[in-house]
Amino acid sequence: MATTTEAPPIRPPDTTRRRRRIAARPAAWIVWGVVVFFFLNLLGVVASVLVSSFGQSWFDTWLPDGYTTSWYARAWDEFALLSVIVVTLEVSVLVVGLSLLIGVPAAYALARRSFPGKRLVFLVFLLPILMPPITYGIPLATVLYKFGLAGNMSGVVLANLVPSVPFVILTMTPFIEQIDPRIESAARMCGAGLRTVFLRVLTPLLVPGILAAAILVLVRTVGMFELTFLTAGPDSQTLVVALYYSMSASGIRAQQSVDAMAVIYTSMMLVLLVVALRYVNPTQLVAQVKDEPEH
Amino acid sequence: MSGAGPDRPLAHWRHRLAERGVDRQLWLLVPALVFVVALFVYPFCYGLTLSFQPTNGGPFSDYARFFSDAYERGTIWITLRIALPAALLNVLAAVPIAYRMRGRFRGKRLVTTVLVVPITLGTVLTAQGLLNFLGPTGWFNRILLATHLVDEPVRLTHNYWGVFFSLVITGFPFAFLLVLSYLSGIDPTLERAAATLGADWRRRFTQVTLPLLMPGLATTFCLTFVLAFSVFPSAVLVGNPAGETRVISLAAYQAAYERYDYPYASAIAMIMGFVELVIIAVVLAARSRFYTGSTGGKG
Repeated sequence: MATTTEAPPIRPPDTTRRRRRIAARPAAWIVWGVVVFFFLNLLGVVASVLVSSFGQSWFDTWLPDGYTTSWYARAWDEFALLSVIVVTLEVSVLVVGLSLLIGVPAAYALARRSFPGKRLVFLVFLLPILMPPITYGIPLATVLYKFGLAGNMSGVVLANLVPSVPFVILTMTPFIEQIDPRIESAARMCGAGLRTVFLRVLTPLLVPGILAAAILVLVRTVGMFELTFLTAGPDSQTLVVALYYSMSASGIRAQQSVDAMAVIYTSMMLVLLVVALRYVNPTQLVAQVKDEPEH
Repeated sequence: MSGAGPDRPLAHWRHRLAERGVDRQLWLLVPALVFVVALFVYPFCYGLTLSFQPTNGGPFSDYARFFSDAYERGTIWITLRIALPAALLNVLAAVPIAYRMRGRFRGKRLVTTVLVVPITLGTVLTAQGLLNFLGPTGWFNRILLATHLVDEPVRLTHNYWGVFFSLVITGFPFAFLLVLSYLSGIDPTLERAAATLGADWRRRFTQVTLPLLMPGLATTFCLTFVLAFSVFPSAVLVGNPAGETRVISLAAYQAAYERYDYPYASAIAMIMGFVELVIIAVVLAARSRFYTGSTGGKG
């Protein structure tokens, strides 16, 4: 049935309808109650970090004694946040650019062509998303250390590319499938080569898909903890990893400056999220991604 | 392409490949394939061979070491005990809520937007928030004490429950969005047809919607389980990493980065991947017993 939040239908009340309303009401209340309870706790989790980051000292009371912004200045200096943020941005931009360059052509080939072994190729691209990052992250970090690539920026970028390239492929394939192949045929007939078709015909049509994939990869890379944690050196930590280190050594530092750092991280993610939601409808996107394994 | 006489056998060979769908356009796949092989398949095989070359003992001695030590072997059980209930709860709680919200109503976009927020919080911030919120002097315990529901603070952090809640906070929105998109992919006319045949809402749900939704639920469970299975930061930060939340990824990490025993760490990573793939294989095998064709909706 439709939702119960709408105005009651203008119909004479008959017995069947009344019975259904009585049956539906408690269930609806329980469902909405669970949702509200979840949101309240979520709000509590986020707000307690936010309030704590502005509080002067907060022990065993409902709210802090006074409010200050000095923790932000302290966190900024103590954790060298400027360089950490610069590293985070550099890593994210490199990962987004490289994964698009590698992923989009492959997505095109997978969307348009059928060839022997296609299912195997698809499985190979799906596995890095299905496996937990720690499982392949530890052997990957070992290999990268062996070649001297880990412990610096290149290692972090390479490790983060492993789930990002398949992610771009899976996100882009439905976008490419939506484009009418006759457009490409027409361009080919008019004498355009593969490169011209790509640059002058497909890319302009694919801009929405490329933007969506880029933003999703950006959000994932900024939030990716495990792979960065395993491959980062002291001067190639991203914000999440720096946050983790400051938290696991929180006995040394004031709780509030860690909270301030967490708020900086969250606001960065929120800005990305707001930008992302302008281009991507979350439910629609999941539906598109989910279609992929069934090819 | 090539036309001259001497090229003829080559052209012939190319032609036959092209008939099967192999031609120059497939070069587009090559960078991605090279990349995945070099950075995923090769390290994986390297780790696999490394796990059979322990620093001392025969080829299987690292695996034997893992399974003979109760403290190490127990990590599998600890991980499953956290990940399976969390994934199951996330999926099962998402079904009625998504079922209620699948229609159109005011504020739907707001609800879905707010639900995406926890996904972006990430495990580390969630851990920090849970420590503040659920801790002995946090707001949650204060409310319980103020309403006299409990006499002394409930211990919810630095144990099993802290990790469990962090998995619910990060995993539930993800499961909900997936289930909602699967539900909105089911053609609503099917349910209306069942209604005209006299089925009440319970029969419509159990005999029409649920069977169509089952494959989607299985996929959702797999993806949520993968997220929960690789729990690492929250197990350290809100859990009790020396005892009841010493998960298997933590054991692998400690072997690699605290004892520098890479063969042993690779062995643990392989065991971890194997256990995860077994569970996913079981769920996907059960999934294939359901109808997996088109559900008539937009999906």
